[in-house]
Amino acid sequence: MSASVQDAPLLPPAPAKRSTLARFLDSDVYASFRRSKLAMGAFAVTLVFVLLALAAPWISPQNPYDPAQLELMNSNLPPLWYADGVAPFTLGTDDQGRDVLSAVFYGLRLSLVVGLLGVLVSGTLGILLGLLAGYFGGFVDTLIMRVADVQLTFPAILIALVVDGVAKAALGSQMDTNAAIGLIVLSIGLSFWVQYARTVRSSVLVEKNKDYVQAGRLIGLSSPVIMVRHVLPNVLGPVFVIATINLALAIITEATLSFLGTGLPDSMPSLGTLIRTGNRFLFSGEWWIVAFPGLALAGLVLAINLLGDWLRDALNPKLQ
Amino acid sequence: MTEPVLSVRNLRVAFAGRRGTLTAIDDVSFDIARGEILGVVGESGAGKSVTGSAVIGLIDPPGAIVGGEILLKGTRIDTLSPEAMRRIRGRRIGMIFQDPLTSLNPLYRVGRQIVETVRTHTDLSEKAARQRAIDLLAEVGIPAPERRIDGYPHEFSGGMRQRVVIALALAAEPELIIADEPTTALDVSVQAQIIALLKRLGTERGTSVMLVTHDMGVIAEAADRVAVMYSGRIAEIGPVRDVVQNPLHPYAKGLMGAIPTLAQETDRLAQIPGSMPRLSNIPQGCAFHPRCPSAFARCLVERPDPIPVGAHRVACHIYDRSEASAA
Amino acid sequence: MIAFILQRLLQSIAVLFAVGLIAFSMFRFAGDPVNQIVGVDTPYAERVAIRKDLGLDDAVAVQFLRYAGNVARGEFGTSYQFRQPVSALLAERMPATLELALCATLFALTVGILMGVYCALRRETWLAKIFLAISLVGISLPTFLIGILLIFLFSVTLGWLPSFGRGDTVRLGWWTTGFLTGSGLRALILPSVTLGLFQMTLIMRLVRAEMLEVLRTDYIRFARARGLTTRSIHLGHALKNTLVPVITIAGLQLGSVIAFSIITETVFQWPGMGLLFVQAVQNVDIPIMAAYLLLVAAIFVVINLVVDVLYTIVDPRLRLSTGRAA
Repeated sequence: MSASVQDAPLLPPAPAKRSTLARFLDSDVYASFRRSKLAMGAFAVTLVFVLLALAAPWISPQNPYDPAQLELMNSNLPPLWYADGVAPFTLGTDDQGRDVLSAVFYGLRLSLVVGLLGVLVSGTLGILLGLLAGYFGGFVDTLIMRVADVQLTFPAILIALVVDGVAKAALGSQMDTNAAIGLIVLSIGLSFWVQYARTVRSSVLVEKNKDYVQAGRLIGLSSPVIMVRHVLPNVLGPVFVIATINLALAIITEATLSFLGTGLPDSMPSLGTLIRTGNRFLFSGEWWIVAFPGLALAGLVLAINLLGDWLRDALNPKLQ
Repeated sequence: MTEPVLSVRNLRVAFAGRRGTLTAIDDVSFDIARGEILGVVGESGAGKSVTGSAVIGLIDPPGAIVGGEILLKGTRIDTLSPEAMRRIRGRRIGMIFQDPLTSLNPLYRVGRQIVETVRTHTDLSEKAARQRAIDLLAEVGIPAPERRIDGYPHEFSGGMRQRVVIALALAAEPELIIADEPTTALDVSVQAQIIALLKRLGTERGTSVMLVTHDMGVIAEAADRVAVMYSGRIAEIGPVRDVVQNPLHPYAKGLMGAIPTLAQETDRLAQIPGSMPRLSNIPQGCAFHPRCPSAFARCLVERPDPIPVGAHRVACHIYDRSEASAA
Repeated sequence: MIAFILQRLLQSIAVLFAVGLIAFSMFRFAGDPVNQIVGVDTPYAERVAIRKDLGLDDAVAVQFLRYAGNVARGEFGTSYQFRQPVSALLAERMPATLELALCATLFALTVGILMGVYCALRRETWLAKIFLAISLVGISLPTFLIGILLIFLFSVTLGWLPSFGRGDTVRLGWWTTGFLTGSGLRALILPSVTLGLFQMTLIMRLVRAEMLEVLRTDYIRFARARGLTTRSIHLGHALKNTLVPVITIAGLQLGSVIAFSIITETVFQWPGMGLLFVQAVQNVDIPIMAAYLLLVAAIFVVINLVVDVLYTIVDPRLRLSTGRAA
């Protein structure tokens, strides 16, 4: 069996005689993955973080979001390997008596959920706007792309902060945690759609004039059908690369917003919130409150970034 | 006969690749006399440009000279240190590249590029070097050189830029110029002017030229002698008139047959069937045998060495009488 | 060239107009401005009077024009939290941010270019590989984490550098500068490195990629064939051609540096506009948010224009000099 270009799962639909998994294992992308030690390492690290996040409720000694389980008696305890460390707080506790290890597990969970939802929202928004702009052209195209241009002049974090601030002004600054998560996801979604839209639009412009789209029109397929069934699959490769790199960016954005105090509330700390808390105790010697969440965040983001880097090269053989 | 300006002896150039070593130049020998233009012709990939790069010491890794020697006025230059070789480049051997549009640094005025070359190789002052730059531009036929010297490359047309490139190659009065496809990127009318300029160098300054091209027309027009290369080897070398009118090597015959002439009465241009083998896949024996109309058993197993036939040297078993009669 | 600049100018005005519209919408529609001014026990009649007073009953277009007119005169309204004119607050904070952004950019440019050139010219050395690894980490890690790490190393552990504030500043007219005192300069180091690190890695990777590209060009090969010294080829021809696109990107990044200083200023409690903005977001102080947004947009637009003009000066190909062309 030779791995031809048509076998790669992200390229134009080929007759699906073999299972998707079999085709994937036979693809160039998978072969390149097996060759890259860095990619495999990054994938392993990411996988470990995801598993920890999924298993958080069962492996954590404590539910850090349940105020009933926090005791101020236990606040600012050092990690277990110090003389005054107390079991079961392996990595010590924060100022509320929250177990740092449990908080890191739950924080990973929050980071990944917010990151994935943020990517989902920004990706959906970007793909939709990109398809519209590319397919219809004219005024729709001009409008969407000018908005994108203006937005690109601002860093995403600024936009996320503004969206956050405006929403708080409109809704009142007291809101429950679910609303806070929703708001952050929305901020991230509105900050990162531009890249998807641009990529999708330029691919659509290329695909639009190809014979198969023209043929689809001739046999009377409607525009949405052509776009979704025929154009969309052809742009999924680059979109997937952007999504991976954006996942890291979305996680960073959430952490930054929480660090700046405009993200998730202190009662439901994400990694960014924990770092914000720990930062206050840096000078008094309680380094573990900031160090372990910081390490987890850095590791997660670095691993996802490496994976995204590799994926970009693997899907673009021309770049090498 | 006086000593040749350039003498290449059994040159071998190889590129180390992931799947083993590829031999790009295999056992190539030739001389160039003072004021002579040697045309080197062949298909792309035949090794003509690599030969030129080897002479001027610009073979980039993973490529390397792995055998033979290169002598400039009797002195070996292929074994010199990088620094010593740098001093020879530009000073004693100049080079002209194919595309004048990309050969000049777009951000520097042409005058500055000439002056820096002159000053790298001579003791001239800034002012004297500038005067020399103006003289050079005038010599290669650029009108109003004292004004154009302060222009940027993009302000020159393609033909004018190639003249600037030639002026740069001439800046330190080298004995030898390697011209790698100097006319390929130019319009036909401009080509003739550039060829005339190259020929004038030989007659007026005694500069030798190694003219690398795939265009037999250019060779017929400009060269004194011609070397026909195929698959990293010289198939035939000889005076240009002889080789064009009476090619001996079957490949050269095919190549000459591919030049349209008004005198020829054939309806179609002759074509050589097939294409040149890749470096990774050079056949045993004579590399040309799969395409050769006159190949016989020996061509499949034994590589022919160049043998003198009249004024030519031909690497073909057909002309090896002693062996042929012995076999 | 004038047509080109005019076109850019029009685009810039369009961008400012769009951002102005957003700022105005925030100002007008996010929360009732009246509620921000009055107390809970203010009678209804007074609220109506204030509403009329502020012109909130006029047509939206009229309100926008009035807002634009105020902005053009430098009036951005009154901060809800500080009860002071926003323009005065911003003017007071601006020197701190600009000095920080300047130092960060200088740091990013010098170190980024040096490391990038080294990585391009000595591609196979272990030092180049270390630089590349650092750049990957620098691009991946969130800015605030880098800031905290630096504070932990140089302030908490080693005690060499201050971890917050600007140190002593000197007043020059309305400008306050930290450049003239020892403590001011020392206070600049950590925030500048934190803020500049991301740009530095970006510039380093850009210089490296660009230079490798340039070293493969025909004119570099031709320069070698002319026997120029390696030094003059690398540091003259190759570097100059490398830096043209780098200048553009670095210039355009200056705007992001100012915007990104939001995070750095928060980490180091740096009394600049970014910290003011974060406090405004936390306290829903819309006038400051709107003004900051407009200001950043204006800075971006000006920088874009300047870079475009600079670019045409550095690259002769973009200059329209048909007179001399053959």
